[in-house]
Amino acid sequence: MVELARRRPLQAGRLPGSPVGLLIAAGCVFLLVGSLVSTIFAQQTVAGLATGAVYSSLALALVLIYRATEVINFAQGEMAMASVYVAYQLIHWGFSYWEAFFTTLGFALVLGILIQLALIRPVQQKSVIAVVIVTVGLFILIDGVVDWIWGASIKFMPGPFGNKIYHVGAVSIARQDIGTLAVTLGSVALLWVLFQYTKLGLAMRAAALRPASARLVGVRVNSMLALGWGFAAVLGAVAGLMAEPAEFVLQPTLMQPILLYAFAAAVLGGLESPVGAVVGGLAIGVFLNLVGQYVHLITSELRPPFAFAVLLAVLLVKPTGLFGRRRVRKV
Amino acid sequence: MPPLLELQDVSARYGQVQALYGVSLAVDEGEIVAVLGANGAGKTTTLRAVSGTVRRDGAIRFAGKPLGRSGPEAVARLGIAHVPEGRGTFSELSVWENLRLGGYTRRESLKDDFVRVLEYFPWLEERRHQQAGTLSGGEQQMLALARAFMQRPRLLLLDEPSLGLAPLLVTEIFRIIKDLNEMTGLTVLVVEQNAHIALQLAKTAYVLEVGRVALSGASSELQEHESVRRSYLGY
Repeated sequence: MVELARRRPLQAGRLPGSPVGLLIAAGCVFLLVGSLVSTIFAQQTVAGLATGAVYSSLALALVLIYRATEVINFAQGEMAMASVYVAYQLIHWGFSYWEAFFTTLGFALVLGILIQLALIRPVQQKSVIAVVIVTVGLFILIDGVVDWIWGASIKFMPGPFGNKIYHVGAVSIARQDIGTLAVTLGSVALLWVLFQYTKLGLAMRAAALRPASARLVGVRVNSMLALGWGFAAVLGAVAGLMAEPAEFVLQPTLMQPILLYAFAAAVLGGLESPVGAVVGGLAIGVFLNLVGQYVHLITSELRPPFAFAVLLAVLLVKPTGLFGRRRVRKV
Repeated sequence: MPPLLELQDVSARYGQVQALYGVSLAVDEGEIVAVLGANGAGKTTTLRAVSGTVRRDGAIRFAGKPLGRSGPEAVARLGIAHVPEGRGTFSELSVWENLRLGGYTRRESLKDDFVRVLEYFPWLEERRHQQAGTLSGGEQQMLALARAFMQRPRLLLLDEPSLGLAPLLVTEIFRIIKDLNEMTGLTVLVVEQNAHIALQLAKTAYVLEVGRVALSGASSELQEHESVRRSYLGY
């Protein structure tokens, strides 16, 4: 089987195809003009960007795993949820919020690596379906373990940013939204720098893209793939920790709707594209918020099915998403 | 002096299919050795046995030490660069990233190596940001050589560098290999279908037939050999 390179040459880091670039530019102009015209529109846009950033980082976690292991990790949300419980416990034991935050990221890194080593690697050679089933099993396993340790009752956890509201002109912006945006997009940017500009990042990309060739130049592919799961878990933990204050309470179902939105975001972005996942997450966050504001038919109960409709529409109209590329395989 | 690379009675199999039945060969330091043979004779598998990308039995010694069951990552770290079938290009990554990956096992700065590589392949400089998969076949073959060179290997394993290339390019590639060998003392084990050009390049050659060494000797002798001439040189 020969895999052909995509037809159009692509420079690293550039927006592929002008129609997509135009679409995104048009969306940005629309949001900007709307925000200048209406304060409510502006508020909903900022709040949407904040929730969207959470979807972005979980979507990016899904994309990282998809690129390295070629499966959707259905347990990604539950791994994030378990991390939030760890943070809750640490705070309960007297850690400050940010001490707990960073310790939890360390926990998530180890959790991701261990899951890859202990559960994914043994079945990875068998079939894709086997790995998918393992991630579904993991979903149930993590749910059960969290239930067993902490119980299913609702927990409360202090937020990191407080309830302060900033006023920019007539527009009120919650400090929590700004903080959420900064932390999630900041961690995405850090990860991007790591992948794009460090030797480790280069080796991780090489290991995911061309494992056989990577081994020949001395890259320890298995370690790199495990580390990829670790980083994905860290991103998920960031998403979980940032999602928790917006939900007000902590319970085991915390990440389940968010995983659905993140999945829709990842598919919208093209499933293989990190940029696509981030753009997709922000777009879905803003879109859902604006639709919720202006289309009265779509109440908050209808949001998840609505996200699911977006997912289906993308798969029907453009299965490769905004930034994905068609893979041509010749037999 | 013992040879840099020595294979003793090496066999290898892909699942049920045995590809090598006890191959023995030796490569001296600073030498170019060619492995010739028809399709399916086991040429590629011989290289893969050395780099550890196929399960092998028998003894392989590199610089006096047995390779044992070492996998490709460990073999690369010993200073063996393998340019595999299909050239092992990281198609999705840029030309420059491909070169950086070539130097992955090295701890020191790669600056001098970039300079050295650009002396041989000056065109790489202006194409450094181009995606490697969009290079032509000949360019990708040169990039593969450059990538292997970044590793500063003691031994270079080359799998059919002439495959799919125009004759002029083949000559150019082999000239570069010869140059690298003469200037830096690089040891090369090259597998080729194009026996003609391989025998010109190499000092010693082995002819494989169905997974066994059928003939071996100095290239000049093999060129005169009746059956080699008929089977591989076509006159």
